[in-house]
Amino acid sequence: MFQSIGEMTMLFLRTLGSLPLVWRHRQKVFEQFFEIGNASLMMVCILSFFIGGVICLLTGPVLVERGLASSVGGLVGISMCKELAPVMMSILIAGRIGSSMAAEIGSMRVYQEIDALRTMRINPIHYLVLPRLVAIATALPLLVIFSILFGWGGGALVAAFNHQISVSFGSFFANLKDYVNYANVANGLCKSFVFALVIGVVSCHQGLQTIGGPRGIGRSVTKAVVNCIVLIVILDYFLTRMML
Amino acid sequence: MNDLPANSSQRGVGLTVRGLRKTFPGGEVLRGIDFDVAPGEVFVIMGPSGSGKSVLLRHLIGLMKPDAGEIRVGGQPVGPPESASAYRLAMVFQSGALLNSLTVGENLGLYLREHRLKTPAEIVRIVAEKLAVVGLKGQEDKLPSELSGGMRKRVSIARALIIEPQLILYDEPTSELDPQSAALIAEEIVNLQQRIGVTSVIVSHDREFVFGIADRIAVIHEGRILAVGTPAEIRANPNPVLQAFLNVDFKFHPLKSNP
Ligand SMILES: Nc1ncnc2c1ncn2[C@@H]1O[C@H](COP(=O)(O)OP(=O)(O)OP(=O)(O)O)[C@@H](O)[C@H]1O
Ligand SMILES: [Mg+2]
Repeated sequence: MFQSIGEMTMLFLRTLGSLPLVWRHRQKVFEQFFEIGNASLMMVCILSFFIGGVICLLTGPVLVERGLASSVGGLVGISMCKELAPVMMSILIAGRIGSSMAAEIGSMRVYQEIDALRTMRINPIHYLVLPRLVAIATALPLLVIFSILFGWGGGALVAAFNHQISVSFGSFFANLKDYVNYANVANGLCKSFVFALVIGVVSCHQGLQTIGGPRGIGRSVTKAVVNCIVLIVILDYFLTRMML
Repeated sequence: MNDLPANSSQRGVGLTVRGLRKTFPGGEVLRGIDFDVAPGEVFVIMGPSGSGKSVLLRHLIGLMKPDAGEIRVGGQPVGPPESASAYRLAMVFQSGALLNSLTVGENLGLYLREHRLKTPAEIVRIVAEKLAVVGLKGQEDKLPSELSGGMRKRVSIARALIIEPQLILYDEPTSELDPQSAALIAEEIVNLQQRIGVTSVIVSHDREFVFGIADRIAVIHEGRILAVGTPAEIRANPNPVLQAFLNVDFKFHPLKSNP
């Protein structure tokens, strides 16, 4: 385990070191970026809508019972942008994009495509890892913005139409505006940026480490997703603690 | 990293291998290999399946690190292939190793495009030209998965030619080719050598091809070099293992004993 942490740190540093080359590889960055967006935007919106809804559904009646109907908006607003959107979406993207990164790079590894790249003096880190890392580090925070907005929407809808809550759109968002400031949103986006780097580095590292045929690819994909999720949840605690 | 080596000439480079050893968890594969290849030579390595020929080639281009021994290309030690090197090397993999997500044209243009050696228009022209050389004119837009094994092999050879290497390593270039395509490839290997003096190291089992093309042949067996010499010397070599390897014939007895 310590060995792979070391290797991943090295991979990350080397990718950082190759950042000046990003303009040269911009086309691959865009390709990856749109692939991530295409694959997950719909899912992010639907999921967030329901997450926002269920938070409101569970907390709304309790708050209303204690005469705090007016803080429903604030509660949904804060929990969505500081925690639920960044963490849930990162986990979703780890499953959706991390797995495909590990599978793609893993199969290139197994079928000697990476060796072929190297014999052409094309550095796999520049050619494969850099564009993916840059793309996911920009795409994930953007997806989180969508997630936050749709989560709030879902919450507002439930607040308005659930007869136990019955808080109008107007007062929901007025209250939300009282509680949530830009710093809270930035907080969530920072988290998701860190998670994006984790997903990119872990998945590419697993892909590059793949050995032994189709089974090896399967193993790498599973490991990449599991490691990403574990790291995201652990890091989430410390990031939250740091940014309290 | 992307610039062409400054001190390279267009000529082929020589190769020396000394005491090369490699052990895998499964056992020792290379047990002390020594040989030299002169600049511009066509050097063929033969040997039974599993004798470590592919492993040897991977060492020559730096994809594997030897446990012991030394490999020099043009007098310089071989390092990881993507690091700056004074000479241009290319390798044709046994499996072809084309990038499956790119079209044939993109595969061929990859080297020139990534290193920005040519303008896009020039790349298109060069790619078409090299495809014609291997007899695959106009197949630029196909994906590797849409090609036959032999076609993939030829694309892979074209991809190596585009690098205009000074040393080119072929891992069984004719193994999946019909005799006509094999002759075409043989012709191109000789052509290339005469035109730019490239050094070729070829792993092959194809006896006709080998004896037609080789300047010298090395026979490798159980991780050691059994014999090195010109085709005539190898034919005349009395070593029984070698003769058995060179002179196998299909002994096919039709089953007509049943009444
Ligand atoms: N990466 C590796 N890890 C472990 N063992 C390996 C590895 N690569 C090759 N070997 C072993 O090395 C031996 C030689 O393999 P190699 O591929 O060089 O054979 P070859 O001479 O090219 O055979 P063929 O003519 O069938 O291609 C085999 O026994 C193989 O199992
Ligand atoms: Mg082989």
